[in-house]
Amino acid sequence: MDQELHYEYNVEGGDFSRAGYASSQIKKILKRLNIDAGVIKRTVVACYEAEVNIVAHAYSGAVYFDIESNRLKIVFRDEGPGIEDIEMAMTEGFSTASEEVREMGFGAGMGLSNMKKNADQLNIESEVGRGTRVEIIINT
Amino acid sequence: MKVSDIVRILDGRLVCGDNRSDYTIDVAFASDLMSDVLTLVNDNVLLITGLANLQTIRTAEMSDINCIVFARNKKVSQEMVSLAEESGISLIECRYSVFRTCGLLYQAGVKPVY
Ligand SMILES: Nc1ncnc2c1ncn2[C@@H]1O[C@H](COP(=O)(O)OP(=O)(O)OP(=O)(O)O)[C@@H](O)[C@H]1O
Ligand SMILES: [Mg+2]
Repeated sequence: MDQELHYEYNVEGGDFSRAGYASSQIKKILKRLNIDAGVIKRTVVACYEAEVNIVAHAYSGAVYFDIESNRLKIVFRDEGPGIEDIEMAMTEGFSTASEEVREMGFGAGMGLSNMKKNADQLNIESEVGRGTRVEIIINT
Repeated sequence: MKVSDIVRILDGRLVCGDNRSDYTIDVAFASDLMSDVLTLVNDNVLLITGLANLQTIRTAEMSDINCIVFARNKKVSQEMVSLAEESGISLIECRYSVFRTCGLLYQAGVKPVY
């Protein structure tokens, strides 16, 4: 990409009617840039998992999307309960999702491992009682 | 298989999306668990589900799923239609159970993902 671009979106905790809005905007931007369809799918699936995690598990958050010369960087930062044991949270099947989240079709404990599968790099930092920062890197 | 074939086989109702002739379904996946749908890597997957909410449409949007069948008379809301139309996703309502829907489509040659 010859142009570096930056976008930001807010994410509301608990608001399932809007969950996916940021990921949808990211998808539209990537499509306009004629990025390979497989790369777009990996990017937006990982983003959507991270976005739904803020809605499902945190209070509020923001998405920072950067298009760099040879990679995409998407950072999800939230204010929320944080993750006590990141390694355990990454285990497929581990979930603390509420009944309400499960009724929406989520809460199988597959999101973090699916993000890892789709991203070229996944970095998670979390502080219990404060919040979580998830960074997804996709090489283009 | 085309969208119009699915509508005919299931005696369903095409709520939105046109009968795009350029788009054919290779495989189908039935689930109410969007977490599971998001792990699929196949292209041109038909989603059969009993979960009718906005996140069903968002999940399809992210997964490049172009057609969803809502089984067991699950009704599609106007908000779902608007979101689906934005992404060119066809929505089909049908009165059969998920099991019967799957059986009929399998019989007609639609392949499973796994
Ligand atoms: N942003 C976050 N803030 C606080 N806890 C989180 C956050 N993201 C994930 N977690 C914790 O990690 C667990 C596993 O997350 P993961 O995305 O893998 O599964 P899930 O969200 O529970 O279900 P699924 O993603 O399959 O719908 C969650 O249940 C939750 O306990
Ligand atoms: Mg999740």
